Amino acid sequence: MKLAYWMYAGPAHIGTLRVASSFKKVHAIMHAPLGDDYFNVMRSMLERDRDFTPVTASVVDRHVLARGSQEKVVENITRKDREDKPDLVILTPTCTSSILQEDLQNFVSRASIETEADVLLADVNHYRVNELQASDRTLEQIVAFYIDKAKFNNNVLTQKTAKPSVNIIGAVSLGFHNQHDISELKRLFNDLDIEINQVIPENASVHDLKELPSAWFNFVPYRETGLMTAKYLEKEFNIPYIDITPMGIVQTAICIRSIQKLINSLGANVDYEKYIDEQTRFISQSAWFSRSIDCQNLTGKKAIVFGDATHAAAMTRILHQEMGIHVAWSGTYCKYDEEWFKQQVQGFCDEVIISDDHGLIGDLIAKTEPAAIFGTQMERHIGKRLNIPCGVISSPVHIQNFPLSYRPFLGYEGTNQIADLVYNSFTLGMEDHLLEIFGGHDTTEALSVGISADESINWSDEAQKELSKIPGFVRGKVKRNTEKFARDCSKNLITLEVMYEAKEKVSS
Amino acid sequence: MSTVQSDALTFECETGNYHTFCPISCVSWLYQKIEDSFFLVIGTKTCGYFLQNAMGVMIFAEPRYAMAELEEGDISAKLNDYGELRRLCLQIKKDRNPSVIFWIGTCTTEIIKMDLEGIAPKLESEIRVPIVVARANGLDYAFTQGEDTVLAAMAQRCPSSMNDQPSSITKNTNAHIPLVLFGSLPDPVATQLMMELKKQGITVSGWLPSKRYTELPIIQEGYYVAGVNPFLSRTATTLMRRRKAKLIGAPFPIGPDGTRAWIEKICSVFSIVPVGLAEREREIWDSLADYISLIRGKSVFFMGDNLLEVSLARFLTRCGMTVYEIGIPYMDKRYQAAELALLKTTCDEMNVMMPTIVEKPDNYNQIDRIRDLKPDLVITGMAHANPLEARGINTKWSVEFTFAQIHGFTNARDILELVTRPLRRNLSLSELGWDVYSKQG
Repeated sequence: MKLAYWMYAGPAHIGTLRVASSFKKVHAIMHAPLGDDYFNVMRSMLERDRDFTPVTASVVDRHVLARGSQEKVVENITRKDREDKPDLVILTPTCTSSILQEDLQNFVSRASIETEADVLLADVNHYRVNELQASDRTLEQIVAFYIDKAKFNNNVLTQKTAKPSVNIIGAVSLGFHNQHDISELKRLFNDLDIEINQVIPENASVHDLKELPSAWFNFVPYRETGLMTAKYLEKEFNIPYIDITPMGIVQTAICIRSIQKLINSLGANVDYEKYIDEQTRFISQSAWFSRSIDCQNLTGKKAIVFGDATHAAAMTRILHQEMGIHVAWSGTYCKYDEEWFKQQVQGFCDEVIISDDHGLIGDLIAKTEPAAIFGTQMERHIGKRLNIPCGVISSPVHIQNFPLSYRPFLGYEGTNQIADLVYNSFTLGMEDHLLEIFGGHDTTEALSVGISADESINWSDEAQKELSKIPGFVRGKVKRNTEKFARDCSKNLITLEVMYEAKEKVSS
Repeated sequence: MSTVQSDALTFECETGNYHTFCPISCVSWLYQKIEDSFFLVIGTKTCGYFLQNAMGVMIFAEPRYAMAELEEGDISAKLNDYGELRRLCLQIKKDRNPSVIFWIGTCTTEIIKMDLEGIAPKLESEIRVPIVVARANGLDYAFTQGEDTVLAAMAQRCPSSMNDQPSSITKNTNAHIPLVLFGSLPDPVATQLMMELKKQGITVSGWLPSKRYTELPIIQEGYYVAGVNPFLSRTATTLMRRRKAKLIGAPFPIGPDGTRAWIEKICSVFSIVPVGLAEREREIWDSLADYISLIRGKSVFFMGDNLLEVSLARFLTRCGMTVYEIGIPYMDKRYQAAELALLKTTCDEMNVMMPTIVEKPDNYNQIDRIRDLKPDLVITGMAHANPLEARGINTKWSVEFTFAQIHGFTNARDILELVTRPLRRNLSLSELGWDVYSKQG
């Protein structure tokens, strides 16, 4: 058992549902107790979906517990087949139902005899994989199922398109700014004169999956969902893939160059250098921004980064390479992808943190005292408590991270968005500090409260008075440094002398 | 669909394929109500994910609840339940020092048959913190019934005499047999209801739950108890059977009509003739006139998810609305008898058709019926609200009725504030002329 208050990634079935409900005319039936259909609420609220989420539950109740699901699951599948006429029904086990060890595969086989729709059992282990891993696996499973079916019917489309073409793999519902990213990627490929063969799974039809092999290559924008599918297609049809996330000026250029190299090796003859140069220097504002006086003021400022592997790695590079910001540490909760992450951020930050414990992350932030945080909604709240500004760069997210306006993180427009996000986070912080220095609107003594509990050390009246004269935005830090110094040399009363001594000996 | 006729009310029962919150959600309001408690939900990532998403920002306020997240070793019994729970509870004791730890059993603990009721007394005497076990799982219960399971478990912990009671409690100075109320309400609402009773000369000796676990009310054989919410049937049963208390079966104090009926029923038990009650009710109705003019003659459909449906439907009928359907997760006809009778009287007096009460509804079928009936307002969960709005149907999110203050005379306006909000919003949007925002139909 583990004592847990909060988690970065949800349970496996959420990943399956995100992929299933992204396709058109795919219905998921959860084998779950009452109340586990919370996914529908998230879709309807966060994405403000206009249509009913194609997920229903085959309810596991006391009767099922006593007698087994028997006809119930089969009936629910065939009923949904009649009602909604989906192309595919995915039976989704939950962590509760998986302990029951009912033969769900048998229900699927029985139901599929009676249904027009195809029926699949999601193949994920609820106690071993999380939401992200499950979404990756489910997408591969669906693609493999329809490729096999097409092979059986002899109608896989392996003939390559005349012009260079690409499949974009891994845009899912409830993904962080996914819809905007996909629009931006489409624009990018259009600029590069590369046809979009298919985008999966968002808004795709399962019947079109048999045409995936006609693309020249596959493109996987996010590490978390799509890599397994790309590898499967590489193995089956020898389709190469690119998994460089075009996030930030430098990475976008690297990504475009690898596309150029790849399609030229397949018989195209393209040169994107001029495009990259034009976009970088004159279309995107972000490279110029890095050179401008504003950004000069950010030089050497301390930040920390935390999020999923894709976004945290890209953000770390952008801050370090493109803006000259000092990344004290960079971390991810994607523990299963530790090796890749470490290799990506190597040289761009002082330290790498791999953890899914938000308490640990909170303590680390309090200790590091960065000028800005780039993290998830959880880090935003930690920042609020510590009075440190935070830009949200990764899931898990709230409704405000599903903006109505165009906000990609990828491609050249993405670089503009990120520059704004970074700059606004830091200037807001500066504004706050200036307000405090000039006796602004805030009179509370809030900043000295950290997340880690300090042992109490006494301050003499004089020292206390002195401390209160120090500007708010460094007061907490001075207090902590002085206390640490006092503890280290076993002093339990901080006098003026100790304070000055600390100032001399502890380099900030 | 099975149909049963009883007392001219029509009861139906569907498939139980409906959306509701998991009953573990009760920890979110109970930990705030019982200030010295800690709630430990023993379940999986799925439970944790639900809580952190359903409770929104509350999760960031260092809540006094946590998950005991079961891992593969717990499921396969490689790990010892007692040892694991002991480790976690000792940590909670060290970090938070609560006066009580509630263990919330979930679907998973049911399926693997973890003996929480057996482990709790042993561990309780070892770590010297009371441990109360409530099985608030989705296999058996819906949403607000979670509170019912917790209060039923707490009812057994109420002291039966002064000697058991560590802290002092208001002595019952009145002539009447002590009255204890049950149901968790925000403190201001509880105070308001107690004041209403005090006006009639009735003293409330205690409340289950109290603000602190250490202040649980004394309950002795022969005491009177009355519920304030319609979903507390297990608690009522426990108080009657285990604590030998006498239940006052009354409509619930929701809406001015319900509040008056509730007070009158309690008065009648104590042979008190209520004073000034009719006047008080009329004043409240008068103050609601502006809101009532917005909903009079309009129709409403309850999809059903929190068991407040019958009381709300009864109040809205009295306001002049027509109720097409009352969906409800579970209907205890005995515990809700007085409320059902008041619903019937209200329908007769307002001269409207009796609505059908649909237990364990089927959301898919309900949406079909909603398409046919085109009600002016659908009270429903968040899973259906946006899709219905996109199809031009006004909705009100049902969960808000659980969290808003809706009890007593004072809060009647709050109920109508919620009910009329979509109608008021749409009045201001109506000039735009767009109603349907979905291409699916």
